[in-house]
Amino acid sequence: MIDAALAAGPVELLATRSYYVGTFLLLGIGAYVMIASPNLVKKVIGMNIFQTGIFLFFIAAAYVDGAQSPVLEQAGPYVSPLPHVLILTAIVVGVSLTAVALGLIVRIYNEYGTLEADVLQEVRTDD
Amino acid sequence: MTDLPPFLVVLPLVASVVVLFAGLVRSKTGWPIAALAGLGQLGLAAVAVYRVFTAGPTSYVVGGYESFYGIELVIDGLSASAVLLVAAVSLGVLAYARTAGPRGNPFYATYLLLIGGLTGVAVTGDVFNMYVFIEISGLTAYALVASGDTGRSAVAALKYLIVGTVGASLYLLGVGYAYIGTGTLNMADLSAQLAQVGYGSTLVQTAFVFIAIGLFIKTAVFPLHTWQPEAYAGSPDSVSGLISALVSTTFAYALIRVSLSVFTPDFFATADLAQTLLLVGAVVSIVAGSLLAVSQTEIKRMLAYSSVSQFGLVLAGLAVLNQTAIVGTSVHLLSHAIMKGGLFLAAGLIATATGAREVHEYEGLSERMPYAAGAFAVLALSMVGVPPTVGFVGKWYIAFGAVQAQLWPLAAIILASTLLTLAYFARLVERMYFREPATMADRAESEATAAQPDAVVADGGRPSVGMYAAVFVAAVLAVTLGAAVVPFAEQLAPTLELLLS
Repeated sequence: MIDAALAAGPVELLATRSYYVGTFLLLGIGAYVMIASPNLVKKVIGMNIFQTGIFLFFIAAAYVDGAQSPVLEQAGPYVSPLPHVLILTAIVVGVSLTAVALGLIVRIYNEYGTLEADVLQEVRTDD
Repeated sequence: MTDLPPFLVVLPLVASVVVLFAGLVRSKTGWPIAALAGLGQLGLAAVAVYRVFTAGPTSYVVGGYESFYGIELVIDGLSASAVLLVAAVSLGVLAYARTAGPRGNPFYATYLLLIGGLTGVAVTGDVFNMYVFIEISGLTAYALVASGDTGRSAVAALKYLIVGTVGASLYLLGVGYAYIGTGTLNMADLSAQLAQVGYGSTLVQTAFVFIAIGLFIKTAVFPLHTWQPEAYAGSPDSVSGLISALVSTTFAYALIRVSLSVFTPDFFATADLAQTLLLVGAVVSIVAGSLLAVSQTEIKRMLAYSSVSQFGLVLAGLAVLNQTAIVGTSVHLLSHAIMKGGLFLAAGLIATATGAREVHEYEGLSERMPYAAGAFAVLALSMVGVPPTVGFVGKWYIAFGAVQAQLWPLAAIILASTLLTLAYFARLVERMYFREPATMADRAESEATAAQPDAVVADGGRPSVGMYAAVFVAAVLAVTLGAAVVPFAEQLAPTLELLLS
C-alpha cells in the first residue's frame, strides 16, 4: 500500500494523505511551542496542540480506505467507531492534564510572581 | 476466583473515592482508610501471586465481551510480581508518611489513585487501556510531586507534567500506528496480527520506535530523563520514596511487557533497529547517569541520577533478550524499587532528624544517627551490588545473560557500572563513617539552612517509629531477598518461556 503510494509521486502522496501531513504539522508546531516559548501558559498550549495532532491522527485513520474495521467482517466502506471512542477518552485525559497544569501555574505565579521560564530560573537561583 | 484481576484495580480506586468523601465529614480519616486499603491490596496481590505460581496465568475480560473486543486483564508471573511490588512498597511508604506527611485526605486519595493506576498498568492486556492507566499514574504522580508546600515542588511538577505528557502522547502515537496496521488493540491479538503484517514493515517498526521512545521518557532514560531529578528532589520525602520506587519501575515494566508480549523476540531478531535502540539507550543511560550522579551535591538529586543509571541496566537486560537476562531484568527491576525507595526514605529520615540534605553534611553521620546511617549504607552497598545482597544477584543475571548472548562490550559496561555506582555511593559511605562530624558552628549553620521551607518535615525533627520501620524493612529485604532470587527465577521460568517463545 505504501509502496504503491510512493510510486504515484510526492504530490499525489501528500494529497491523499493530507490529514497525516496535518498531524505531523501539529506535532511539530506543538513541540516547537513547548520548547521555544518561555511563557509557561504557552508551553501548556503547545502541549495541547501536540495532543491534538495525535487526536487528528486517530480520527483520520478511522476514515481511510484499506484500514481494517475492528468488528465487522463484511466488505464495505465503514467509518470505524473505535478510534472515536478512544479519542474521546484521550480528550478527557487531555482536559484533566490541562487543568492540573493550569493549577500548578497559578501556584507558581503566586509564589514567584512570574510566568516566564527564564525569569523564573533567575528568581529561583537567587533564593 | 477468576474475578481477581479487576478487584486489584478497583479496590484502590474505590478506596480513593471513600477517602475523599470521608474527608468531607471528618478530617484526619485519610491514613486509617488508606492503610486498610493498602493491607487489602497486599492480600489480593499475594493471592494473585500464589495463584499464578501454582495454577498458571489467568485472564479476565471486562464487561463480559468476547476476548479481543473487550478490555482484557491478564495476570502472569511478571505482572503478578509487579502488582505485589506496588502493593508492598506503597504500604511501606504509607507507614513512613503517617508522621512524615504530607497530611490530609486529598493527599491519601491521590496516593490510592496512583496505586490503582500503577496496578492497572501491570495487569492490563490492552494497549490503549495501558495508555489510560499510564496517564492516570502520570496525573496522580504530578499531583503528588506538587503536594509539597514550596514553589520548587510546583515548578518540578509542571516540568514533569509537560515532559511526561509528551512521553505518554508518543506512546499513544505508536499505538495508533499499530492499530492502523492491524485494527486491534488487544495485546495477544495485536502480537499475532503484527506478525502477519510483517516485522520488516516500516509501519510496525515505526510503531515500536514511538512506543519505546514514549516509555523511555516516562522511565527517564538518558537523555530523556530531564524531568526526573527535579521531580524526585523537589517533592516531599515520602512522595520521592514512592515515585522513585514505583512510577519509573512500572513504566519500565510496561516497556518490557510491550516488547515481549506485543512485539515478541522474533521482531527484535528481524528489526536490528529496535534492538540497537534499546542497547544504545541502555549503555548511554548507565554511563551518563552514573557520571551525573557523581557530580551532584544534593543527596536526593544524586539518588535520582542513580536511578537513570540503574534503569539503563534494566534496559540492557531487555536488549539482550535471553532468559537469563530477562530474569535479571525482572529481579533488578523489583529489587531496585525496594533499594531506591529505601534510600530515598532513609535520606528523608536523616534530613528530618539532622537537616542534612547535601553530600558534605553527611560527614560523621554514623555518630549522630548510627541506625539510619547503617540502613543507608546497607542499601547503598546493595545498590552497588555487593554479594550476597539482591542488588548483586540482579546485576549478575543480567551480566551473565549478556555473556551468554556473546555481547562482550555490553557485559563489560554492565560490570563497569558496578564500579561507577561504587564511585558515588563510596563517597557517601566514606563521609558517614570515616570523617569527623562537622564542627558545632558548621552544624548550627546547616540546621539553619534546613529550617528553610524546602525541608518539608523539618518542623518537629523527630522521626517516628513508622519512618524507621519502613527504612529498616527495606534494608533487611535488600540483604535477604538475594537468597529468594533462585526460587523466584524458577517460578518465573514458565512465564518467560511463554514470552520468549
